Amino acid sequence: MNTPLSSSAFEYAPAPESRSLVDIAPSYGLFIDGEFTEAADGKVFKTVSPSSEEVLSEVSRAGAADVDRAVAAARRAFASWSALPGAERAKYLFRIARIIQERSRELAVLESLDNGKPIKETRDTDLPLVAAHFFYYAGWADKLEHAGFGAAPRPLGVAGQVIPWNFPLLMLAWKIAPALATGNTVVLKPAETTPLSALFFADICRQAGLPRGVVNILTGYGDTGGALVAHEDVNKVAFTGSTAVGKQIARTVAGTDKKLTLELGGKGANIVFDDAPLDQAVEGIVTGIFFNQGQVCCAGSRLLVQESVEEELLDALKSRLSTLRLGDPLDKNTDIGAINSAEQLARITSLADRGEAEGAERWTADCPLPSAGYWFAPTLFTKVTQAHTVARDEIFGPVLSVLTFRTPEEAVAKANNSAYGLSAGIWTEKGSRILAVAERLRAGVIWANTFNKFDPTSPFGGYKESGYGREGGRHGLEAYLDV
Amino acid sequence: MATTPPSTAAGRAAFADATASDATLRRFLHGLPGVDAVGLEARAAALGTRSIKTTAKAYALDLAISMIDLTTLEGADTAGKVRALGTKAVHPDPTDPETPKVAAVCVYPDMVATAKQAVGGSGVKVASVATAFPAGRAALEVKLADVRDAVAAGADEIDMVIDRGAFLSGRYLKVYEEIAAVKQASGAARLKVIFETGELSTYDNIRRASWLGMIAGADFIKTSTGKVAVNATPANTLLMLQAVRDFRTQTGVQVGVKPAGGIRTAKDAVKFLVLVNETAGGDWLDNHWFRFGASSLLNDLLMQRQKLSTGRYSGPDYVTVD
Repeated sequence: MNTPLSSSAFEYAPAPESRSLVDIAPSYGLFIDGEFTEAADGKVFKTVSPSSEEVLSEVSRAGAADVDRAVAAARRAFASWSALPGAERAKYLFRIARIIQERSRELAVLESLDNGKPIKETRDTDLPLVAAHFFYYAGWADKLEHAGFGAAPRPLGVAGQVIPWNFPLLMLAWKIAPALATGNTVVLKPAETTPLSALFFADICRQAGLPRGVVNILTGYGDTGGALVAHEDVNKVAFTGSTAVGKQIARTVAGTDKKLTLELGGKGANIVFDDAPLDQAVEGIVTGIFFNQGQVCCAGSRLLVQESVEEELLDALKSRLSTLRLGDPLDKNTDIGAINSAEQLARITSLADRGEAEGAERWTADCPLPSAGYWFAPTLFTKVTQAHTVARDEIFGPVLSVLTFRTPEEAVAKANNSAYGLSAGIWTEKGSRILAVAERLRAGVIWANTFNKFDPTSPFGGYKESGYGREGGRHGLEAYLDV
Repeated sequence: MATTPPSTAAGRAAFADATASDATLRRFLHGLPGVDAVGLEARAAALGTRSIKTTAKAYALDLAISMIDLTTLEGADTAGKVRALGTKAVHPDPTDPETPKVAAVCVYPDMVATAKQAVGGSGVKVASVATAFPAGRAALEVKLADVRDAVAAGADEIDMVIDRGAFLSGRYLKVYEEIAAVKQASGAARLKVIFETGELSTYDNIRRASWLGMIAGADFIKTSTGKVAVNATPANTLLMLQAVRDFRTQTGVQVGVKPAGGIRTAKDAVKFLVLVNETAGGDWLDNHWFRFGASSLLNDLLMQRQKLSTGRYSGPDYVTVD
């Protein structure tokens, strides 16, 4: 059992990363065929910083005509890009990876501004992983015949890719790196609340001398993404986002020969057995649900704790949560940043209210919230059962639902009792238990004594309503090859 | 705030069952939650990325200076060397009288009287290593004589080493009894128990040793002698901070922590203070409860302190050599 840390005289002075590292233009066009261009109908929208609601830039809003132009550009580029020897394509990808590393401080600041996530995450997690993904798939480009998909695997053609706002640049990397390595060309639509890093990536493509039309970036709302995935000259659709939109996309492409991969929602179970390394389990729970403000599809949003250690673990967890530092995303000491949008904040708020209304016990870390911007304090619900909405629906925010179990069988049954199946965590010092439980969990990614660890060599994807197809690793090549 | 420790007898009495035999003690220590090495080191590294600037840095530098056990433990130690160390402990920076004094000077037992004289009535404590430091390979009677000698010479604090051979062969009760005997021999002097974490090797062992030391009566638990390859690290110190935090929650008894050996830069010291702040909490941010066993660290702290107040680095000629 732990008592809360007493207040200390050691107050960390503000340590903001310099905003001047990034130069954001007042407006941006669409990136089509190697050029920045306005939308055909001249429509624009604004992107704001979720931590201050300050307008960062005005961005073109692509319509159907722009989707046509971008897909046509990608189609033109496909013939020569796919004909390049793999080693030549690899050169471009290595070059992109190097430029990302060189510009990583700038991109980290940009991503924190546009997304609201803390600079320590963009700096230490997002950007290193983005570069690693390009490096990794650059390595595959000239070895595709050894990947296990036949002697001379062929690319599919034009890939239409729609990515979410929670890891804007990282999701771009997950989509673009394997597509280019395998010889496809792409049209990518970033989320409407986080368009900027994709536009900076367009600049990086130019800097790397990537041939025109190989990468096209269309900024816009859901209608832009809808037009892109429905476009008849798109051969491959890759989507990461909500299960609702994923189902809509699956319906759109049904009956066509488009290849589809979906990476959708989750309600990951983080299972803590009574023989777990408890201090590290506490850290893993925090990483599992408060990393990126819980706006992570594979978040460990359901804590399943063995009843015999429930009280001890929850006391330790609460006192740990009271040390989390919420505030300015650019401050290097910030642990919890802003929620990405007013819309998302409203969703989190309403689901949390519902948890309370249904009788779950709400506990919120005692931390003051800034007056401007979108914020939600780290929250956990105890006395949650399988019947509570907060145990079933994906909240996509810093809200943890705590359930208990008595035996490993019960833990597995409860963990699997979900429409989703993306991630799970197992905490125990007993190796045999890790293997036995992992074998029975129906989730695409299972972490043992850790959580939310990513690596480009490891495939990632879901069971059930969490989607299908795998991204990352050798498996991630398959989605972009004609196999 | 330097409070006096609560009566330790009552809190520690709860462990009477556990300390009944080697077997019960083993069951108790091996029943403590395991430590996942990857997770522990990741947490220590993450806390190491805290950015401590301006006012926070000024506070941390002064606090770190005030927590130093300024140490000389060499075969070549002489009265002259110890007097120099004592003078420096009281006036770390002769150019700035506002500079805090260090917590203590730490010497071998035969130098305690000299050190006492050197620090005079400044309030700087004299700590003495004892119990056949650093190996601890001697009969209990010899160790106790070593301790009594240091206490008689005026030592305010005793830094003992545990019998790592006994610990590693599972004779926990022997280690426990030895610590308890040394505690008794120390009388009013505060007892720091050195585990030599580098020799215990695993984090599970460090957690067990921490609890063993605390239930046996340690006032401080200390990582290392500074005489082996691996001494204080952020991870082993974090682990010991978790132990004292949990021990106070369970018993009401507060125990101090002293990482020793290998902490040479102000930057490192500030990282350790962040570990204290975010693990055990503000109650430990006082030299009654946290110490650095170090020698060269002090000069780097002084240089950083001068840099913070003047905006310039002065260089090694502007701090005193030891």
